[in-house]
Amino acid sequence: MSVAILPSPPLPARRRTAILDFCRQQPLGAVSFVVIFVMMFAGIFAERVAPYHPLDIDFAGILTAPNWQHWGGTDAFGRDIFSRIIYGSRTALVIGFTSSFIGSTLGAVLGIASAYFGGKIDDWIQRFVDILLAFPIIVLALVVVAALRKSVILGIDVNLIYAIAIPIVPRVARVVRAAALSVRTMPYVDAARAAGYSNSRIIFRHMAPNVVAPYLIMLTAFIAQAILAEASLSFLGLGVQEPTAAWGLMLSGNAADFYREAPWMILFPGIAISLSVFAFNLFGDSLRDALDPRLRSL
Amino acid sequence: MLRYTINRTLMMIPTLIGVAVLVFFMLRVVPGDVVEVKLRGDGGSVTQETIEIERKRLGLDKPLLNQFGDWMVGVATLDLGKSMWTERPVIEEIGTRLELSLEVAILATIFAVLLAIPLGTTAALMRGTWIDYVVRIATIGGLSIPSFWFGMLISMFLLGLFNWLPPITFTPIYVDPLANLTQLIWPALAVGYRYCAVVARMIRSSLLEVLNEDYIRTARAKGVFEKVVISRHALRNALLPAITVIGVEFAFLIGGLVVTEQVFNLNGIGMLFVQSVSRNDFTLIQALVMLVASAYVVINLVVDLLYAVFDPRIRYS
Repeated sequence: MSVAILPSPPLPARRRTAILDFCRQQPLGAVSFVVIFVMMFAGIFAERVAPYHPLDIDFAGILTAPNWQHWGGTDAFGRDIFSRIIYGSRTALVIGFTSSFIGSTLGAVLGIASAYFGGKIDDWIQRFVDILLAFPIIVLALVVVAALRKSVILGIDVNLIYAIAIPIVPRVARVVRAAALSVRTMPYVDAARAAGYSNSRIIFRHMAPNVVAPYLIMLTAFIAQAILAEASLSFLGLGVQEPTAAWGLMLSGNAADFYREAPWMILFPGIAISLSVFAFNLFGDSLRDALDPRLRSL
Repeated sequence: MLRYTINRTLMMIPTLIGVAVLVFFMLRVVPGDVVEVKLRGDGGSVTQETIEIERKRLGLDKPLLNQFGDWMVGVATLDLGKSMWTERPVIEEIGTRLELSLEVAILATIFAVLLAIPLGTTAALMRGTWIDYVVRIATIGGLSIPSFWFGMLISMFLLGLFNWLPPITFTPIYVDPLANLTQLIWPALAVGYRYCAVVARMIRSSLLEVLNEDYIRTARAKGVFEKVVISRHALRNALLPAITVIGVEFAFLIGGLVVTEQVFNLNGIGMLFVQSVSRNDFTLIQALVMLVASAYVVINLVVDLLYAVFDPRIRYS
């Protein structure tokens, strides 16, 4: 037992250099990660961070311009806009993460299955993907929100999450299928099949790990899209409902009547949406360059 | 080429049938129909009998498969029926709104393409320089700024500067081109930013890919001017993938202007979508969904055929 074992660096150190490498090569990506981190922090600890309660109405101080007491000013009910934006980041993140995760994962499974089985099954799945792609997103959202029984978690309608997740499925399925098609021709997949492994084992244990790169990239990109979709639906009055604080909701209703009197009511929620979506998009971009530069066209 | 065209055209049919089945049964699974909204919507008390009579008149009492059959026969003979709410022919309801939405989509496309080609090309040629970074940030900004908020900023700006409010009525371009353009250029701009960003990014990445090809090296080696290499050899091939995204985005705009129309107070297809869904106007929703789906499918067909025209490898495989 005198085999010399090369000392391997402890895992945390290796991970640290990986993160440092990422920061050095993708400075924009690192900056965007900081923005995402701040947003997550604000969302999780909203009760501690926000100076006011998002629903506190103050009729003596309606439409106050930004000042030291109210950094973002107040709205038509005297509610503190800065606090509502902080609470809104919780809504945006919960919806963004969950719907992108559900949509991307379903899409990835569909895409891998389509590539693995090929033939008739592939044809059927692709037809189904085509149908979903052609279907107008807004109708899908409207009907899903109306059709399913309402169940509310954290002030967020679960149906809204499904409504945003469904359009993601076909888009991810397409990209992951293309990636999985090239993995399928690898000898190790044949080896696994020759070893008599079941289809589901091959799909989840052998193929899935090899399409993780496009999956992760799509997942981050669609978090951004999901936050945008949530904001648009809430703006139309079809998404998050009052009194839950949501950025899109802050811009909806009569907010447009205050263009002149209270431009901060329009400005700050919009900046919050744009900045967070920007951060996720930029992070996804940098992740793509770092993980697999060949996927540039995603 | 003829065989490819026929094959590709026939492939549209199952997709559209699938969309038809999906929308038809989706609408009927949801509780409630137009009669309920119409007669009970304002809280008035109406006897069950009246509701049944109205349902019968609209044909909503027939078995689902018969209703579906009737609708399919109608679609095949280009008779989309009447709106269950306004009782006007669906074609009429859609017609005027489509004109508006289509014009915004076309204006946005013109704006986006004109700006995206120089932006994407410069970014690719100046790869890694600060110009590339600026374009990258500006285009990611286009993907990130919600078009409705951008629209709100534009109208806020117009209101503050020129005291301009979006007009309440729509002026068609053949009635008064100037009034029409001053009304529609702003929503087109609001959605055009995102559109331009998507196309510019595509041009940049595909141009970078093309510039690595052997034939570019060959062209340079035989002494072709760099300008000619870019414009004649590289850009031509790099624009192909851009056609795809232009097509997809355009198809999306036809039905996807919902939020922007709201901001600019435009009565287009998007507005009609929201209205008809809230009224459970089945015939109108079905027609709208089929319209948007057909637009998507047909535009994709055109894109694929263009591909085959420009890239012989596709034609012969």
